[in-house]
Amino acid sequence: MSFDALAAVLIIPAVAAGLLSVLPGYRLTARLNVIATFGTFVIALSLFFGRPPQGPYLHVDDLNNVFIVLTTFVGFTTSVFSASYIGHELEIGRLTPAFLRFYHAMYQILMFAMNLALIANNIGIMWVAIELATLTTVLMVGIYRTHEALEAAWKYFILGSVGIALALFGTILVYMAARPVIGEGLDAMVWTMLVARAAEFDPALLNVAFVFLLLGYGTKVGLAPLHAWLPDAHAEGPTPISAVLSGLLLNVALYALLRFKMLLAVNPNAVAPGPLMVTMGLISLVFAAFMLYRRRDIKRMFAYSSIEHMGIITFAFGMGGPLANFAGLLHMTMHSLTKSAIFFAVGHIAQVKGTQQIANMGGLTETNPVLGWGLVLGVVAIAGLPPLGIFMSEFLVVTSTFAREPWLAMVLVFGILIGVAALFLRLNTIAFGEPRGATAEAKASYVPMFAHLALVFIAGIYMPPALVSWFQNVAKLLG
Amino acid sequence: MRGGLNFDIAHLLAGSLVLVSFLQLYQDRLYALLNIFALHALVLALSVAWQAYVQSAPHLYVTATIALVFKAIVIPVALHRIIVQLGIHREIEKVVGVGTAMLLGMGLVALSMVVMLRVTAEADPLAREDLAFALSVVLLGLLMMVTRRNAVSQVVGFMSLENGLVLAATGAKGMPLVVEISVAFSILIAFIVIGIFLFRIRERFDTVDLQALDSRRGERQ
Repeated sequence: MSFDALAAVLIIPAVAAGLLSVLPGYRLTARLNVIATFGTFVIALSLFFGRPPQGPYLHVDDLNNVFIVLTTFVGFTTSVFSASYIGHELEIGRLTPAFLRFYHAMYQILMFAMNLALIANNIGIMWVAIELATLTTVLMVGIYRTHEALEAAWKYFILGSVGIALALFGTILVYMAARPVIGEGLDAMVWTMLVARAAEFDPALLNVAFVFLLLGYGTKVGLAPLHAWLPDAHAEGPTPISAVLSGLLLNVALYALLRFKMLLAVNPNAVAPGPLMVTMGLISLVFAAFMLYRRRDIKRMFAYSSIEHMGIITFAFGMGGPLANFAGLLHMTMHSLTKSAIFFAVGHIAQVKGTQQIANMGGLTETNPVLGWGLVLGVVAIAGLPPLGIFMSEFLVVTSTFAREPWLAMVLVFGILIGVAALFLRLNTIAFGEPRGATAEAKASYVPMFAHLALVFIAGIYMPPALVSWFQNVAKLLG
Repeated sequence: MRGGLNFDIAHLLAGSLVLVSFLQLYQDRLYALLNIFALHALVLALSVAWQAYVQSAPHLYVTATIALVFKAIVIPVALHRIIVQLGIHREIEKVVGVGTAMLLGMGLVALSMVVMLRVTAEADPLAREDLAFALSVVLLGLLMMVTRRNAVSQVVGFMSLENGLVLAATGAKGMPLVVEISVAFSILIAFIVIGIFLFRIRERFDTVDLQALDSRRGERQ
């Protein structure tokens, strides 16, 4: 099973994409989509127990193992949600069967691209995979063909491509830095070789490379001021894609950034990447927190909340050290689970109400109790109230910062509080008060949403020691 | 003095690429812009081919051929057709004037020289000049993307930016083929995507001017 497990994480989505692009029928294809993502998830889980030897192209270590399992898990639950969501879209005629085939095939290609980006042992292949993931999401965001969807897709495409281009320039510079030490050819792009010899690289070249990589992959992470594509892309695409974008693709881009940060951390003469990441993280956090107030579109609002949380995570990794890294990892996991759960709820809410405008929603806890309370729970979780998982991780980020840089911690707490207040203000209109808008019965699958929320809840109360020690291990690896 | 001549020609070609980038900056007609872009791709193809010869790296000829056939011929012809079909062969709107754009361009080239030449002091001279020129081309492509509103000229700006990346990749001696092919391939995909988009935009808006798209930007009430 050694090498096969790693390859299977790629082969299953690739084969499924091929099948789904030709098979007709909603029932069959939606099920196949779920089965394929579930299979990928099971295989990814098996990586915890048996780890294949690293090759020049693919590898798995403690760091990306966490990412793969998270990605495939959320990919699986989202496909379950997507089945019921897309069923409704077909019924009301927003999607045609031809686009359904296209949608499912793209979903699998996206899973393939993200998995490849995570397990690639070659910085070139990692770049190609992230570009592939970007292009597939561009196509999915534009799938409704409305004015807004096309504008969002175009904006995402242009900004994403520029980001990706800058990242490639950074990748080339890393190769240039590695070439005199490792020698010409493939080896100088292999991740494991790079990190082993990074101490001997030319520090000046590495510094410039990191700036390009930070700007490039930072665009994909959605860090301010490079975030402009993110709210539009989230608001106009199908909701399962918003869930995958927020929960997974942002993480994948951040993962790429972390890899290069590790490279710089090894080199004693290179600039410390931490302060750059701390600054961008804090700007994103405070900026997004203020932007939350004026949102009228529910998906756009939670997109800004994603920018806020990516800011917190980038900040935590920028601070570095075992505790902050641990907090960052935990926060990333919790945010992925919670935010996709929220988008599952939001997707069904928008379908029930027939709109995404917050002004036309109200009293959800009365009209659709399960959905309404699900959203309330989700927002309570994302706001970081105890005893849920995000409280734990935010608490850790804040306390570890207070111990080292009290002033930065003040800004951090300020941003978080502003964001929380905005979220509750909006939640009040959506979930409570007079019922407004359509009050149709929701034909929803609640399982994915509550499964995620349950996990977040459990993590807030009890973390299994095995998981804690695993995360601690990774945190040490990140330096 | 073969080494000297090799260096001079590589230098000449890479420098010409920067010059052609400048030519692109002030074109205010779409046809002329496409012709200049074809020239840009041609110079790139020559430059890559010369690198292939100098480094005796035959796989780079593949990259050069892709640049020549795909970017210098196929794409300009296809874009030409799209423009004819859409009936938009009028003047390009610009956000900033020619003079300002040129001044900004010069500033960017100076910036990339200062940055790249300083950090690559120990690399071999050929690679370092190439890298500095490549960064200039990338930045000029970016500048073009932000100073244009028309979707077609933004696409051209993006492609000239990618040309700069190819120049950088070939200048980095012995960089694995995987990357070059993938760059070319990604341009292909990008182009298909853009093509689809352009057609959809035309269907819906009867224009490829991004300002028409922008009118719907932001918070919708």
